[in-house]
Amino acid sequence: MTNLKKNILKVLSTVLVLSFLVTGCVGNNDAEKSTGAGKDGASSSEEILIGGISPMTGENAIYGITATNGATLAFKEINEAGGILGKQVKFEILDDKGDNTEAVNAFNKLVSQDAVAIIGAVTSAPTEAVAQPAVDENMPLLTPTGTQFGLTKDRPNVFRVCYTDPFQGEILAQYTAENLKATKAAVLTNNSSDYSDGIAKAFVEKAKELGVDIVAEESYGKGDTDFRAQLTKIAAESPEVVVIPDYYKEIALISQQAKEVGIEATLIGGDGWDGVVEQLDESSYADVENSVFTNHYSLQDESEKVQNFIEAYKGEFNENPSSFAALGYDAAYLYKEAIEKAGSTDKQAIVDAMKEIDFEGVTGNLKFDENNNPVKSVSMIKIVNGEYTLDSVVAPK
Amino acid sequence: MKELILQIINGLQLGSIFALVALGYTMVYGIAKLINFAHGDILMVGAYVALASVPMLSSAGLPIWLAVVPAVVFCAVLGMVIEKVAYTPLRNSPRISNLITAIGVSLLLQNVVMTFIGANPQSFPKVFNVKPLNIFGIKINFSIIVTILVTGILTILLQLFLRKTKFGKAMRATSEDYGASKLVGINVNHTISMTFAIGSGLAAVGSILYLSAYPQLLPSMGSMMGIKAFVAAVLGGIGNIPGAVLGGLILGLVEALTKAYISSQLADAFVFGILIVVLLVKPTGILGENVKEKV
Repeated sequence: MTNLKKNILKVLSTVLVLSFLVTGCVGNNDAEKSTGAGKDGASSSEEILIGGISPMTGENAIYGITATNGATLAFKEINEAGGILGKQVKFEILDDKGDNTEAVNAFNKLVSQDAVAIIGAVTSAPTEAVAQPAVDENMPLLTPTGTQFGLTKDRPNVFRVCYTDPFQGEILAQYTAENLKATKAAVLTNNSSDYSDGIAKAFVEKAKELGVDIVAEESYGKGDTDFRAQLTKIAAESPEVVVIPDYYKEIALISQQAKEVGIEATLIGGDGWDGVVEQLDESSYADVENSVFTNHYSLQDESEKVQNFIEAYKGEFNENPSSFAALGYDAAYLYKEAIEKAGSTDKQAIVDAMKEIDFEGVTGNLKFDENNNPVKSVSMIKIVNGEYTLDSVVAPK
Repeated sequence: MKELILQIINGLQLGSIFALVALGYTMVYGIAKLINFAHGDILMVGAYVALASVPMLSSAGLPIWLAVVPAVVFCAVLGMVIEKVAYTPLRNSPRISNLITAIGVSLLLQNVVMTFIGANPQSFPKVFNVKPLNIFGIKINFSIIVTILVTGILTILLQLFLRKTKFGKAMRATSEDYGASKLVGINVNHTISMTFAIGSGLAAVGSILYLSAYPQLLPSMGSMMGIKAFVAAVLGGIGNIPGAVLGGLILGLVEALTKAYISSQLADAFVFGILIVVLLVKPTGILGENVKEKV
């Protein structure tokens, strides 16, 4: 009897320890990929070294790969057109695997190689991890896609190309009240994600201000696959809009379960939704029909700049560029303009030039505000028959 | 009231899948005295086999749920191969060696899938393209009904198999005493192989039901599922078949109701908390029998 008890306890404690090991091992692929990296480590005076910090492996790899693809394409174009200040650009990407420690290691390596500026990181947490070291080194740091609000605040040399989480939340509230004319909204957030939380909080605040009732606020945790309990509660309040700010992997599961428990509301969310259709089987397209999310640009934008970019990207990588690719592309050109404006690769000169920039990019016209956040309008993307369509462009108020 | 019923149904669906996976755990433990941590990953492999067979099925005009057939066949064979390669050589080793090997097999399966198929999530088509049923104004999904029914039927069949057939009797005898079973002419190796085949086949059935509820494939999808199913098996009394089903259902209900009425953050804490309480109060599990240690 006691023996059995002991055995079971032994087994259980082993299970707990091992379960952490097992889940911890998922997605750890040690292959470190860097493109355009020289073996000598240092950039010669003939070249300008711009560093990239990005998850090239691991669970966020799809974001990292597309964002750096965009930047790589831009630098290739820049080099073909004669480079920056007459020098060729070497773009060296280091893999952070979406991990904070790896990101800091990558940052230190780039500093030791005399990089003049860095594009990265791609997701918010590693960007936060390298932001302070970047301030200490006065290294220009430009995240193409890190949306968390605090990243650039009081950090004069840290910039971003995308808009922030709270900004997306406010735009979503504005869209809910003005475009959808809804009065009852519910929120379902991932409480282990700053991204999800940031959008949701700003949405709730702004929505109340605009006279939208928040009838339910539910949450789930990292790695959950079953959301029926929370969705059933939301369905009981029959909201007109449900805000689900998260990445496409969760959205794919949540949207299907939402329809199952009978939610008829319009599902809306932030830029993490981009890619959700590719994540769904054709038989499930109906579950995200008419859903709307904020994004950085639209494939259907007819401006020449956007269409040229799409054409070039397709030629290079044989797929449509995601908004991550567009933001990466803009990040590279932003640096080109800033360095040319500065007339040198001095770090402080680049930072000063960035502050003054008025940039026309694929993701819109951009200037930086006092917190180095871009001021630009947002493309609202609606999913119709499994296609992303441009619904409207919402300008911030 | 209506919401409570819906939440109970949510819990039963979740619980039925736990139960199916727990059946495999409990069978293998009951007969081979081995906790097969690779069990959840066999479910994962089953899901990928099902995904691979979907194009063939749809081009032949067959319904997608028939993917269960190749998945069960593949997993049953895989289970037997794993037993032969990884566990048979260790049969007379200390139990901890088996346990560590099982973890190794689990990681191996995940990494093989990651290497050859990739770590990105993949989608699965709707398994049952049937409209939700409307029972007294409550919408119930077809997949929930199928999941609960299949789990019930398989449990009964498994019980009959163990009680009424020669193989089943051989299995029970083996679980009592290896040596004595050999003496009366039971092919122990054969019997244990069979146990693994059935257990893994059940995991494959579980994989289709899992996909009907959560149509997304990941190399790591079996990990948490496997741990929860193991907890269900221990909760019900490991080695006990009705116990595994009971444990699974309790776990599913606790998880769904905690999420709905207490806090979604605390769901896992409650699930594992219940296990601790049961182990403290009745360490053999709810339906487990007290086994007298032989001196």
